[in-house]
Amino acid sequence: MSSRVWIVTQLRDGELHPASREAIVAGRALAEALGTTADAVVMGSAVNEVAAGVASLGVSAVRVADRAELGDYVPGPYTETLLAGVADGGPEFLVFPHTYQSVDYMARVAHGWGAAVLSEVVSFAPDDEGLAWVRPILEGKLQARVRLRGEGPVVVSVQSGAFTPAEAAAETATIESQSGPAELVAERELLGIEDAGGDTVDLSAANMIVSVGRGIGGPDRMSLIEDLAAALGAEIGASRPVIDNGWLPRDRQIGSSGQTVAPKLYLAVGISGAIQHLVGMKGSGCTVAINKDPGAPIFNVSDYGIVGDLFEVVPAVTKALQESA
Amino acid sequence: MKIAVCLKQVPDTEARLRISRDGTWIEEEDLSFVINESDECALEEALQIREAEGGEVVVFSLGPQRVQESLRKALALGADRAVHLNDAAFVGGDPVATARALGAAIAGEECDLVLTGSQSDDLGWGVTASLVAGHLGMAHAWLVMGVALDIQSRQVRVVREMEAGKNEIFRLAIPAVLEVQAGINHPRYATLKGIMQAKRKEIKAVAAADLDLDESVVGAAGSRVEILSVSFPDTGAGATMIEGDPAAAAAALVGKLRTEARVL
Ligand SMILES: Cc1cc2nc3c(=O)[nH]c(=O)nc-3n(C[C@H](O)[C@H](O)[C@H](O)COP(=O)(O)OP(=O)(O)OC[C@H]3O[C@@H](n4cnc5c(N)ncnc54)[C@H](O)[C@@H]3O)c2cc1C
Ligand SMILES: Nc1ncnc2c1ncn2[C@@H]1O[C@H](COP(=O)(O)O)[C@@H](O)[C@H]1O
Repeated sequence: MSSRVWIVTQLRDGELHPASREAIVAGRALAEALGTTADAVVMGSAVNEVAAGVASLGVSAVRVADRAELGDYVPGPYTETLLAGVADGGPEFLVFPHTYQSVDYMARVAHGWGAAVLSEVVSFAPDDEGLAWVRPILEGKLQARVRLRGEGPVVVSVQSGAFTPAEAAAETATIESQSGPAELVAERELLGIEDAGGDTVDLSAANMIVSVGRGIGGPDRMSLIEDLAAALGAEIGASRPVIDNGWLPRDRQIGSSGQTVAPKLYLAVGISGAIQHLVGMKGSGCTVAINKDPGAPIFNVSDYGIVGDLFEVVPAVTKALQESA
Repeated sequence: MKIAVCLKQVPDTEARLRISRDGTWIEEEDLSFVINESDECALEEALQIREAEGGEVVVFSLGPQRVQESLRKALALGADRAVHLNDAAFVGGDPVATARALGAAIAGEECDLVLTGSQSDDLGWGVTASLVAGHLGMAHAWLVMGVALDIQSRQVRVVREMEAGKNEIFRLAIPAVLEVQAGINHPRYATLKGIMQAKRKEIKAVAAADLDLDESVVGAAGSRVEILSVSFPDTGAGATMIEGDPAAAAAALVGKLRTEARVL
């Protein structure tokens, strides 16, 4: 019996990307809900070892496309390989990790396959009428329950952190080689990799971080944050919009496209708490949020929260620290 | 150079959000609407390319009547023309249905480059523009943080964001769809002159029939993904909230950090 769910894993630096382990768990759960099994797809060059590792992660088969053209990621060859695979193997669902690489090409796979797209899923559960899927909307301020209608294939991506990563089990799945198109043409000519920020500040070792978000409104009031950081002896970090607007340099950015930090104390000021920010700071010891919106998602992941205007609260905290020093 | 830009109008979520009475979206009456952040960066990138190379910038937006305001703004910023995909049949589309309509509209224009955002700030699918690229049969790149065009060779050098503070760099042949990430540039402000000039620029309304699209393949009818309900996320364990005026709350916080959390 062939599996109706295929999990399309992703590699990074020749190894399984951690988000792939989460996608595998999501794909297995989906297969169970649908009464089928889940296969994993591994694409790359010289990936025998990775494929063997994936075979122990609770899937029923591993489909391996191992060829030189898949060594460096380029969307065209990855898309064409998968399209050849699904035409041959007939799954209904492709499950991807919601990563910078996988999202880059999964829509091309969906287009070629004629599939519906359901991106950034955080959970799904059966109800009276089938499966209801949950995904964030409005930058994580709300979430939507959505349903798939009609017949036909579906491409799903699962958000990082939403599913517990798969652990190796005793049983191992069969490994099959996946034939692809005879010729794969890379439409991108890769030139290199660069540091986005000029790695001058390493926040990963910081003990305390005062992190500032769009709520600061502009660069002119940044001294409030500097004073608080000085009173604590903390480093300054920021959410992405602060960087994008040029209010602080890029090497201060925390989150999925910035640095990952784990300080003892993380003070989030005027930051709403979007998932791309949270993945960069969720390892923090104690998190404090200062935000004027009591519904801001950042409060859900914080230890202490103050609802208020940062322009009043931050100077007050600085003063309280100075007075109690 | 003819450059198409996809602009989505989205609610400004600075405001407090309320869930609509039928539970499937937010109350739009409370909100103001803006151009999606990364789309505004795409427009800025397009205007800079036109300023360097000459040519034309045409903006495309699918949405209700209010979208005209955003298109007018884009024209004031310097776009030459606008196409408004304005048809009740387009409403409620999932990314596949929306991309089908956008793709058909852009295909009619024979563009050298299509610039879009990477992700809409409301629905946040992150895939619509790549699906458009599929319809156009063009190469694409998601999360673009740098564009350098070489007209002679008809190639573009693209900087694409990767994880953890890295960028990858590659070359692509144009025409291509480049999905710009917020932060690639700092979008300009409209000038009075620009606003005056925009009044005379064209906003062309396009309906499904104009694109030879059957109403069954666009909008809600053409979508396989349907929103059942929206809600505020679970609060989880949540924070210990510290009440009081700023001074009292600040003193209480410092006390707790010192004696409870022991991080000071
Ligand atoms: C591919 C991709 C990668 C990304 N990578 C990152 C990343 O690495 N890091 C990152 O941070 N984001 C990243 N983002 C962006 C992310 O999705 C959010 O848009 C961003 O984190 C929001 O930043 P923010 O919380 O500062 O702004 P907003 O969401 O606008 O929140 C501002 C907050 O400030 C509060 N506020 C406003 N005024 C005041 C005041 N006077 N007093 C108190 N509170 C106030 C508001 O209530 C609100 O909660 C990425 C997005 C994408 C699509
Ligand atoms: N209704 C629309 N009108 C114009 N462009 C759109 C529309 N929806 C999506 N886009 C474009 O597609 C990008 C990705 O959107 P999304 O897939 O919703 O995250 C956006 O940044 C826009 O550039």
